Amino acid sequence: MNTLALLAGRRAVSGDRSAIGLLMLVALVLLLVLAIFTSIVVGPTGVGLPHLLDYLSGNAAALDSQNLLILEAVRLPRTAIGLLIGAALGVSGAMMQGLFRNPLADPGIVGVTSGAALAAVTAIVLGPTLLFPLQSVLGEQFLPLMAFLGGLANTFLLYAIATRHGQTSTTALILSGIAIAAMTGAATGLLIFMADDRALRDITFWSLGSLSGASTSKILAILPFVGFVMLIIPFVAKGLDALVLGDAAAFHMGVPVQRLKRLTILAVAAACGATVAVAGSIGFVGIIVPHLLRLAIGPSHRFLLPTSALGGASLLLFADSIARTIVAPAELPIGIITAILGAPVFLMLLLGRNGRSSMEGL
Amino acid sequence: MIRAREISIIRSGRALVDRVSLDLTPGRFTVVIGPNGAGKSTLLKAISGELKPDHGEVLYNDRRLTALSPIELAAERAVLPQSTALSFPFTALEVVRMGAVAHGSLEPGLAARQALTRVGLGGFEARSYNALSGGEQQRVQLARVLAQMPSPVSNGKPCAIYLDEPTASLDIGHQISVLELARDFARAGGIVLAILHDLNLAAEFADHLAILHKGRLVCEGRPENTIDDTIIREVYGISGTVGRLPAAHIPYVLPQSRQSAQR
Repeated sequence: MNTLALLAGRRAVSGDRSAIGLLMLVALVLLLVLAIFTSIVVGPTGVGLPHLLDYLSGNAAALDSQNLLILEAVRLPRTAIGLLIGAALGVSGAMMQGLFRNPLADPGIVGVTSGAALAAVTAIVLGPTLLFPLQSVLGEQFLPLMAFLGGLANTFLLYAIATRHGQTSTTALILSGIAIAAMTGAATGLLIFMADDRALRDITFWSLGSLSGASTSKILAILPFVGFVMLIIPFVAKGLDALVLGDAAAFHMGVPVQRLKRLTILAVAAACGATVAVAGSIGFVGIIVPHLLRLAIGPSHRFLLPTSALGGASLLLFADSIARTIVAPAELPIGIITAILGAPVFLMLLLGRNGRSSMEGL
Repeated sequence: MIRAREISIIRSGRALVDRVSLDLTPGRFTVVIGPNGAGKSTLLKAISGELKPDHGEVLYNDRRLTALSPIELAAERAVLPQSTALSFPFTALEVVRMGAVAHGSLEPGLAARQALTRVGLGGFEARSYNALSGGEQQRVQLARVLAQMPSPVSNGKPCAIYLDEPTASLDIGHQISVLELARDFARAGGIVLAILHDLNLAAEFADHLAILHKGRLVCEGRPENTIDDTIIREVYGISGTVGRLPAAHIPYVLPQSRQSAQR
């Protein structure tokens, strides 16, 4: 402990878990490197570790053109997009849980998922008919763009409803969120009712989520939004800590509460809207990763937010590596894997001896 | 100097605080008393900046409260809330550390530990806040307030602490030590405003007593000039209580008669 504290450059004070947080940060960076390597070298084709090492050592000529193509056009973009999405989901979950003071909150709580789902289903069902002009202009970008805008629009709507006299009530946000989710759910259901077989199949697969079809253009499309939610970490961490004591106490300690809420909600909505748009909705990462980390390093957001980003990225990359090899050459939707991996671990923690204390806050 | 000038707070057509003016002077321990629903907490919220008054204004050293940013305000005053439960398991030290961070302390962990020692909770650093008793939680919160306002005067400017029922869940020994801490803060040049329910403690510790009734400030001044039979009857509806001892067969505890050496 003491050497760790020295590493952290501060004297050890008992009850201060900064040293453990720092250690976890280092451990998760290593885990993420492992996850990135795994994601690049694992797959149905024969491209493996030797090829990657050749490639990295600048010896790309040693690879035949097919393997080079797989590496550059398939594995690398897919790994990059998995990294971005996993990091966004992990950090967004942790931020929403802090903002709503509820360990079960996820980005869906601000309506981004239900809004994106409605917009995506609208695009799938009405794309070939009513919205055909739009679809023909936008082509492949039509569905992701619709999902992104739908998620963001829904969040703006919820935020406007829950804000009175310049104050956003989290209770109002949660309650109106339930009402709005019911309405968007009904509208989505209506569209599904109208859908034909092709659309039904598309909707099902979209809702299960997938990292397939990763491309440089998709990476560039989500990078600004994911980058933004990462950039705000140092600016919101202190405020989110203080917010755990309540809106009033946070304000008393100098936190501009309303600005913090607005910034966090919009950054999370944009990042999650972007990830839902390119990969569908991938559940569970945003809840399980911050929860596990809170048990290990405590709830302080200074370390919880960056470690959730690293942990989310690692989990998603490992899950995706499994998803595309377990039934190769076919590919399982990644949401299935994250749930299968996550749910038992989560239950074990809740029911285990250590878990008793983690249930207190629920 | 912090001044509330003619402030009113109106909710659902009812004036919770009705044209109250109150000066908080450095070096003075100001105590607000009054029955339930008199508007004490609402007044404190208006002075701390948490609620915006519908009429009137609050001035911090002649600057309007509304012109101060949350960060500027946090350097002027710290607030002890009534009771707080946490949804995440922070340790006692981590809670107090937030106050030290708000103060801008360079070694927040160390400053937090010192603040915990000041409220008699040295050794409680690693305890989970939610597992502490109500009274211990309240003292952790007081330590957080002290970490945010470590000295009563900073750069020649007096600092303020506001305490909303600081003694509510404390045993009698800790009630007195908390109020002594607050009094020392005032004696050293700081500004202290507290809401108390115990009239005896209020009478003993207050330099300046303000009695609130139905949102109005009915009386203020030194305790010996404010608390009398008439005002207690008028405000609390019980008569003949001031300055009388109970019947001989009822034991009573008079904290004012304590001997400091035995504490």
